[in-house]
Amino acid sequence: MFSFIAKRLVQSVLVMLTVALIAFSLFRYVGDPINNMVGQDTTLEERDELKERLGLNDNFFIQFGRFARNAAQAEFGFSYQHRRPVSDLIAERMPATLELSLVSALLALVVGIPMGVYTAIRRNSWLSHAFMTMSLVGISLPTFLIGILLILFFGVVLRWLPTFGRGEVVQLGWWSTGLLTASGLKSLIMPSITLALFQMTLIMRLVRSEMLEVMRTDFVKFARARGLIERYVNFVVALKNTMVPVITITGLQLGSIIAFAIITESVFQWPGMGLLFIQAVSAVDIPIMAAYLVLIAFFFVVINLIVDMLYVVVDPRLRVDSAGGH
Amino acid sequence: MTKLSKSLKAFLVGTSVLAGAATAANAETFRWAFQGDAQTLDPHGLFETFTLGFQGNVYEGLVKRNDKMEMVGALAESWENIEPTVWRFKLRQGVKFHDGSDFKSDDVVFSVNRLNTEGSDMKVVAGLIKEAKVVDDYTVDIITPAPNPILPNQFEIFYIMDKQWAEANKTTEATNVKGGDEGNHANLNANGTGPFIVKSRQTGVKTVLVRNPDYWDKNMKSNITEAIFTPIAQDATRVAALISGNVDMAYPMPVQDWKRLDEADGVKPLAGPEARTIFLGFDQLRDELTASNIKGKNPFKDVRVRKAFYMAIDVEAIKDKVMRGASIPSGLMIAPQVNGFNAKLNVRAPADPAGAKKLMADAGYGDGFEVTMDCPNDRYVNDEQICQASAAMLAKIGVKVNLLAQTKSKYFGKVLAQNNYDTSFFLLGWTPSTFDSHNVISSLIACRGGEDKLGAFNLGGYCNPKINELTAKIQSETDQAKRQAMIDEVWQIHADEVGHIPLHQQPLSWGVSDKVDVVQRPDNQFDLRYAVVNK
Repeated sequence: MFSFIAKRLVQSVLVMLTVALIAFSLFRYVGDPINNMVGQDTTLEERDELKERLGLNDNFFIQFGRFARNAAQAEFGFSYQHRRPVSDLIAERMPATLELSLVSALLALVVGIPMGVYTAIRRNSWLSHAFMTMSLVGISLPTFLIGILLILFFGVVLRWLPTFGRGEVVQLGWWSTGLLTASGLKSLIMPSITLALFQMTLIMRLVRSEMLEVMRTDFVKFARARGLIERYVNFVVALKNTMVPVITITGLQLGSIIAFAIITESVFQWPGMGLLFIQAVSAVDIPIMAAYLVLIAFFFVVINLIVDMLYVVVDPRLRVDSAGGH
Repeated sequence: MTKLSKSLKAFLVGTSVLAGAATAANAETFRWAFQGDAQTLDPHGLFETFTLGFQGNVYEGLVKRNDKMEMVGALAESWENIEPTVWRFKLRQGVKFHDGSDFKSDDVVFSVNRLNTEGSDMKVVAGLIKEAKVVDDYTVDIITPAPNPILPNQFEIFYIMDKQWAEANKTTEATNVKGGDEGNHANLNANGTGPFIVKSRQTGVKTVLVRNPDYWDKNMKSNITEAIFTPIAQDATRVAALISGNVDMAYPMPVQDWKRLDEADGVKPLAGPEARTIFLGFDQLRDELTASNIKGKNPFKDVRVRKAFYMAIDVEAIKDKVMRGASIPSGLMIAPQVNGFNAKLNVRAPADPAGAKKLMADAGYGDGFEVTMDCPNDRYVNDEQICQASAAMLAKIGVKVNLLAQTKSKYFGKVLAQNNYDTSFFLLGWTPSTFDSHNVISSLIACRGGEDKLGAFNLGGYCNPKINELTAKIQSETDQAKRQAMIDEVWQIHADEVGHIPLHQQPLSWGVSDKVDVVQRPDNQFDLRYAVVNK
């Protein structure tokens, strides 16, 4: 197990270096950062001087080498726009993104799994048909459109929920949380639904098809024959055997939720890392873009690792395999 | 354990702050949103309209503009030009910075020196000053390198920082993008003399200002006790925030949403003319255009071609169709609010495609030609649509325009000096930061690349040496009538030679709740001093 984790960690460094290299080669096409950093009356000499000072005149490999060396020491430089260390900015914004992502993932699981089980067991009830139709909507509407529609309905027409931001936050050490204030919780509702909707429908459909598969197997029939109560058969015997693909997908999707929170965050002006990134792109704030992309790559790698370890917990067959070593 | 008790303490502090906010009596809170954030709180860190306007609620200069855009005293009570190159400012007495220290003349001298430090983006202002001298505690002499009759106009955005505070916090140099934390204190913290104090700030997220109870101007119109600023980048989100009552004022509002704002309850659009002139320009310098099918020569060197383009563009149609009637077509490169504007010269000849076609034929381009047009798509109001409309109008005289509309960092990265002005035909907008014609002439109209370092934004390389001569004279002429005559001469030459094609002044577009009154300035600055929450 230990060597497995160590191997994965080495791989993850390679993955992150590759991401950084690709990202860096793209930065040359995002435009000129200098014009966003000075006023219109700033002279050409001063602009050139600034460019030189930032090392933007150096060739690609020197710039990349410098970035990789600093990044290895968790040093991502100064943001051009905020004029603050990038690591500070990311630390400041990370709680918002993680809270939103985790609440969304939880929402997707808590709602998606029961819906999936229900639609598998009662395939022909009208409620199942309603769920299936709704899931089509969830899977086909783009995130920003869902966000805007929610804002219009609950924010502008009904005025129940705040249309943007995170509400009041409470500082717990370096972590800022919106989960402890009323306005923070209210602000979380629409963004988390927007972000969860796609995953929710995905999980529902996945659980449903896996359940239909498992329900046909002999051991489920046998469990019924033993006279176990229906709920136990459905939710313990059958559901547990659908979990491996669900965990894989949920795990991978958690990575995407964090990464693609960008859109939800910008629609709701949610002050997370995604918003920081999207603003950095429009301002050509290279240090932020580079740090964010590397960090997201790191998240994906770590989440994948955790997913691999969870398999072993859920599926005893894998445990035997690794211990026995055929 | 210590960690836990620390976070517990932080939690308790958090809740007590909440409780405090809830009990504050007769507080007038004002919430507003803009598409971006002030990039720094350092008053000498970035010469940009929004950043400086935002800082203007916290910091003050020697002079300021009031709600009618007239120059009035702020930290200076009076000023006079005692010698051609010496301006004497009498300072206001009894003014205190937010930390309680007194405002005196050495703070002015300190701030002048700070303008010249490495990270400063205000070196244009620094260049206006040769030396600042303390005469006594409340009198300062500003010595200029040459006679400068409009110095006070150029001083509005020169804010004064407290010397003692800067020294105590090791921020005596302007914040620099490339620098350690030491010098960056002023980037996140502020200590001005203005009507509002920065209570908290999270960059790019939220800034809370509270009223300065000791503000010197007891006649200030504003009754706001707390002002909360949030940047909201997405247009749709910003509009929704205003209509839903989550903010009291937001800008800019998309022009196409005015109708929606009119129909919604409790909010209205607030439109007015901005001092920003939008214009087209062409490369008149290269012997061959970089982006055209005409090889071996440059059609834009021929004034008839430029004139034909001018005649082909129908600014009234752009106003009606693209700008929803809200732009002000212009014959000049400056807006009426700008010093040196002459209504008699502001004539826009009507569009005349037939005449334009004939001129093209005379110039030997009867079959037209192809040219690429550079255009930003997120910088000015409906910029890309203006370019599309222009391209369609030029098609009528046989010119095939290949439109290259890009985001502003790509656009500016291509067309500005650092990329050797790589453009053949472009759209640009300009607001003179000093509200004076000289700024426009020296940046956009004068020949570029000379010893005098003028014309840095003359992207097309339009050049008439006579204009450079006049620019220097305009800079130092103290007789207003003579100065105006020279400015008129420049605009006349420029119009005759069709150096650029002025299109219009674009509209300002704000959205305001009925609960508040605000004053809209033609440079798109928003001043909390004139914002009132109605009871």
